[in-house]
Amino acid sequence: MPHFFCPGCGAAQVLHYFVRAADEIQLDFDKLVAIGGVGCAARIPVYLDAEVLHGVHGRTLPWATGIKLHNPELKVVIFAGDGDAAAIGGNHLIQAARRNLDVTMIVVNNLNFGMTGGQAAPTTLKGLNTTTTPYGNQEKPFDICKLVATAGGTLVSRWSTARSTSAIKAIKKALQHRGFSLIEMVCPCPTNFGRRAISSGDPVKGLEWIKENSVTAKKAEGLSEEEIFKRFVLGDFVEKIEPVFNGTSV
Amino acid sequence: MEKTTNRILTGTHFMLGNFAVVEGALAAGCNFFAGYPITPANEISERMAERMPQVGGRFLQGEDELCSVFALTGASLAGAKAMTATASAGFNYMQEGIGYAVASEIPVVIVDVQRCRGENFATQSDVMQMRWGASGDHEIIVLAPSSVQESFDYTIRAFNLAEKYRTPVVVMSETTIALMREKLVIPEPEAIEIVNRKKPNVPPEDFVPFRAEKNGVPPLPDFGEGYRILHSLNPHDEQGGIAWDPEVFDSLYERITGKIIANYDDIVETQGYFLEDAKIVLIAYGSEARPCLEAVRRARANGIKAGLLKLATVWPVAEREIRAAAEQADAVLAVEMNIGKYAREIERICCGHGQVVRVTKNRGLIHTTGEIYQAIEGVIN
Repeated sequence: MPHFFCPGCGAAQVLHYFVRAADEIQLDFDKLVAIGGVGCAARIPVYLDAEVLHGVHGRTLPWATGIKLHNPELKVVIFAGDGDAAAIGGNHLIQAARRNLDVTMIVVNNLNFGMTGGQAAPTTLKGLNTTTTPYGNQEKPFDICKLVATAGGTLVSRWSTARSTSAIKAIKKALQHRGFSLIEMVCPCPTNFGRRAISSGDPVKGLEWIKENSVTAKKAEGLSEEEIFKRFVLGDFVEKIEPVFNGTSV
Repeated sequence: MEKTTNRILTGTHFMLGNFAVVEGALAAGCNFFAGYPITPANEISERMAERMPQVGGRFLQGEDELCSVFALTGASLAGAKAMTATASAGFNYMQEGIGYAVASEIPVVIVDVQRCRGENFATQSDVMQMRWGASGDHEIIVLAPSSVQESFDYTIRAFNLAEKYRTPVVVMSETTIALMREKLVIPEPEAIEIVNRKKPNVPPEDFVPFRAEKNGVPPLPDFGEGYRILHSLNPHDEQGGIAWDPEVFDSLYERITGKIIANYDDIVETQGYFLEDAKIVLIAYGSEARPCLEAVRRARANGIKAGLLKLATVWPVAEREIRAAAEQADAVLAVEMNIGKYAREIERICCGHGQVVRVTKNRGLIHTTGEIYQAIEGVIN
């Protein structure tokens, strides 16, 4: 079907895995509200035959909060890029996790602001070249999963689009969780990130780079902080059941 | 306050302006409120925190004004009648939220209790921001109550207009009215007119989401009713499909702005006092209308043919009524509590029809009757 994603785009992979996962659990698309902010990841829901809300950068969680509070029967899934979720949307991410808002947020982490040309994001690994870090990124990256876990998220996991089985499994789990579920999907952005950061615009090289730098949580325990900042720690980190948000005054 | 599950507190009250806004919202059917603490709007949030659970609605204290204003969009599309309240500094943050609601045609109500630069003194300095604050081309509806009673009445009207025209509506309040107590009469429920958004009367497969009815407004189903609509900021065709096409862009925004402009008679409301033979017409909105009316009464008692055109609807501009005043009068006084902002609209309309005098006050204080009367005398001399 016609879509606007680049060949090899990680967001397109996430769309594919989501549809597979949703199909496997027979998700009711009449009750599905799929939300996208702004960016390439934000376009994922535009291609879904569901209720869709789209088009403001960083404010997907406030939208979701209003929706869930008024009608808790709706299934809300947010597709946000790393910039949308953790830069401009950072405070809302913290608060939604704190409240244990009953939504699923899929963070499509391609380590940059892809749509706007490849600027550095809070998730860009240290030392990498992007359009706004032409001499190498000087900032430490975010660990979105740690942030959300600390803030109160009740299902937190990180996987990559390099391995479809674990990605689809993780999405299914998140969709079936009651509470704030966040999956960070590390994925390539061959066009705007890959060419500058890993010197290759080849999507396959992008996926291989992610695979080579992925470690399990167990393996990560033995690494130094410097080494961790160059890696993607994959796994399921948090899974618990707690009361979900029902309003500030009830 | 006493425990109750009544939405509508029928009866006579001595009530705070901010509370009257809440009771008006509840009377209109408001069932979702989100707000962030800011003086002098806090009483609205606090009363909503008490009242929303009583009537089965939802109260959210957003982590900031951005969360609050955007939560309204989500709640409204899920079927709620949603409102937020803030003051000038917080209103700044809400511009994108308002712009989104205009472009995506979402009924929401935003109350701005204007205040002076972080202090809680009186002002009407946000009047232009309410019109032009959001990016992109848009029309907006702004209502300006002048009393506690009107704070109640105009909030109901705000909800009704938002539902009818699928648009955000701003209620312009001010420190003066918000924090004063006055008599408020809340009628029986049957006497209150409530407007609800039109829903589709065809099944999903036959529904064209952005094809408007005669009044320029498409019906709006709730999330979860099976219509599966794409609501996006991006220019979209009648099906809701995102379309980067000049024709689509043009016709979409022509319709969205047109639906407000074409319904002037329904949306624009003014009140005239002593206007029939007035040679000096005062034009004012919000709290300023009150000392204006007193000054006009004093003028009349002294044989001066003064009158007042009170703008209940500040935006869209009451072009017809202001032009009529300009054609009839020798002088028009544009009275407001800022450096002279709405005066520009009045001057534009009155151009060529006699003089317009700006009567401004920008000291954190409302005009006194004496000050306005002096301005009237000044015109005569």
